[in-house]
Amino acid sequence: MSQPAIWDNSHDQPGHRAPLVLGDDSFGAITQRVATIVEKPKPPRWWTVTFSISLAFTVVLLAMLAYLFTVGVGVWGLNVPVAWGFDITNFVFWVGIGHAGTLISAILFLFRQKWRTSINRFAEGMTIFAVICAGIFPAIHTGRPWFDYWLFPYPNQMQMWPNFRSPLMWDVFAVSTYFTVSLMFWYVGMLPDLATLRDRAQTKLRQLVYGILALGWRGSARHWHRYERVYLLLAALATPLVLSVHSVVSFDFAVSQLPGWHATIFPPYFVAGAIFSGFAMVLTLLIPIRKAFHLEELVTTRHLDNMAKILLATGLMVGYAYGIEFFTAWYSGNHFEAFTFYNRALGPYSWAYWIMVFCNVVVPQMFWFKKARTTPWILLVGSLFVNVGMWFERFVIVVTSLSRDFLPGNWGIYKPTWVELLTLAGSFGLFLTLFLLFLRFLPMVAMAEVKSVVPQAGLERGPHRGHGQYWGEIPHQHEEILGGEGREQR
Amino acid sequence: MSNGELRVVSPPELWGLAAEFSTVDAFLAAVAACRKAGYVRFDAHAPIPVHGLDEAMDIRPSRLPKLVFLGGLAGCALGLLLQWWTNAVDYPFRISGKPLFALPPAIPVVFELTVLFSALTAVLGLLVANRQPELYHPLFELPAFARGSDDRFFVVVEAKDPRFDRHGTEEFLKSLGAESVFPVEVR
Repeated sequence: MSQPAIWDNSHDQPGHRAPLVLGDDSFGAITQRVATIVEKPKPPRWWTVTFSISLAFTVVLLAMLAYLFTVGVGVWGLNVPVAWGFDITNFVFWVGIGHAGTLISAILFLFRQKWRTSINRFAEGMTIFAVICAGIFPAIHTGRPWFDYWLFPYPNQMQMWPNFRSPLMWDVFAVSTYFTVSLMFWYVGMLPDLATLRDRAQTKLRQLVYGILALGWRGSARHWHRYERVYLLLAALATPLVLSVHSVVSFDFAVSQLPGWHATIFPPYFVAGAIFSGFAMVLTLLIPIRKAFHLEELVTTRHLDNMAKILLATGLMVGYAYGIEFFTAWYSGNHFEAFTFYNRALGPYSWAYWIMVFCNVVVPQMFWFKKARTTPWILLVGSLFVNVGMWFERFVIVVTSLSRDFLPGNWGIYKPTWVELLTLAGSFGLFLTLFLLFLRFLPMVAMAEVKSVVPQAGLERGPHRGHGQYWGEIPHQHEEILGGEGREQR
Repeated sequence: MSNGELRVVSPPELWGLAAEFSTVDAFLAAVAACRKAGYVRFDAHAPIPVHGLDEAMDIRPSRLPKLVFLGGLAGCALGLLLQWWTNAVDYPFRISGKPLFALPPAIPVVFELTVLFSALTAVLGLLVANRQPELYHPLFELPAFARGSDDRFFVVVEAKDPRFDRHGTEEFLKSLGAESVFPVEVR
């Protein structure tokens, strides 16, 4: 079998596991490819340029927050009836982005989807940074962040307790738990790789910093045993968590009495949308970075293909939810509910509604075609559309429902001010700043995990052998001790 | 100390022997052989989680899952008590005619605290059981061990093992197909 320079491993051949790592898949080569990215004394030029721009936008975010805190929420375009605008839209958008990371790291782990190993670290990092961006908005949306501690149940001089019957309180617990668990999952998963960076360190400083971060990991069998147990447990805990977080976020809407919000379909609809938007963001970030750091052999065409399929599937779920919302509105016979959806499609915000439908339902249909799933630039363009579309979905849900509710005398129109637009742009700046720092200083591919899915991870034991073909000789020396189960399963 | 005084330098003490392997299968076979030969104070170090290593080394299943279950129960109980006591007992306040305490609206917070406590127990339990952070270990003195987190596998027999014998153990490890056997010394 001849080997072209970069293989297309997206073909399925019955009876053969497709390779997950292309090119030189020896352990040393995998370490080398990932670790050298963070070991270069100077970052690549594109990194410096994008980092400077992102940092500038982070400063814009801080300036906008300072302006908001000193003047008050009047600097935003919020009004009565539209008391939630960009703030909550951005919150839901960013929390949703995070979900892909947890889905990849936890749910695909439980389903033994081994291709996840090349992208999970990266996606989990994205989760952490997206949740940080998300956390900003509920904290600032009252314009008085110095009272945020009132959200926490602690005995206080006011002799009051928070109201646990409110979904907004559930949100505090859901998002903070989600952040804590995601962070621990990410860090625990990174311990072996931090040890690799410590052991390869060329300077005292790197040795010290990575040494402390690695907590003295030395790959002991007993440590690995507990580590794998805990990793599995964390995956099992994070799986219901990822489904619950966006469900709880959707309760913020669904528990209210407002037409367009008060819907039982919201939790699954929000979760599907969150995974849809999250995968789009993973692709948007991964495609350029894979190219820039020459990681095409680790993050292969097959990975892109798989992610595009998930994008298509969740996109169809979201499209179905859009449709069923109209059906429910009609079938309920409720005048106000029906009007809300008529208003969404044909009212003052219909432009936002149709952008949403185009980006989230029409564009992903191209992923039925393999060409679109396996051509990086088409996938990148498609994922950008989905990002835009999913932001508009949240905007449509939040704003159209509020702007025209039961009484026409209460109707109003919301327009964002420049402050809100710059705050949104600034949140992207913060997200990218954190992300670029992660790329520069931490291993962006889980080296230890990738190594355990290549053929060398268990050559003489068929069932334990990783994915892909092995062209070298298999020694078959240790069969007596190892049980010799592997010979036939070449 | 450069003031002319003589300083007594104790000779390095042998802590154990580290055998280096380059393939997973040779490593795994060596681990099983060490156990069969009756060594008790030995450990295996790998850059990846090796399937079958637990059986080869006869590692007993960790008790962490049970601990995590208890942690989850504690979180669950705390969530229920917190919501019931604050909203129904200490600060009863009727809002939109809702009951002061009912199970359905309490579920989200109970669920989140269950998951949070389970996950914290899992991670803290892992660190305690692994005795980490442990920033110094005799093995870190061995320059060759740096590849233990890259592409090499090590079987380490401690000098404290009752069957340990400097030369006998070294020969034994070599006979298992070790690339090389290094003495691990502590100063």
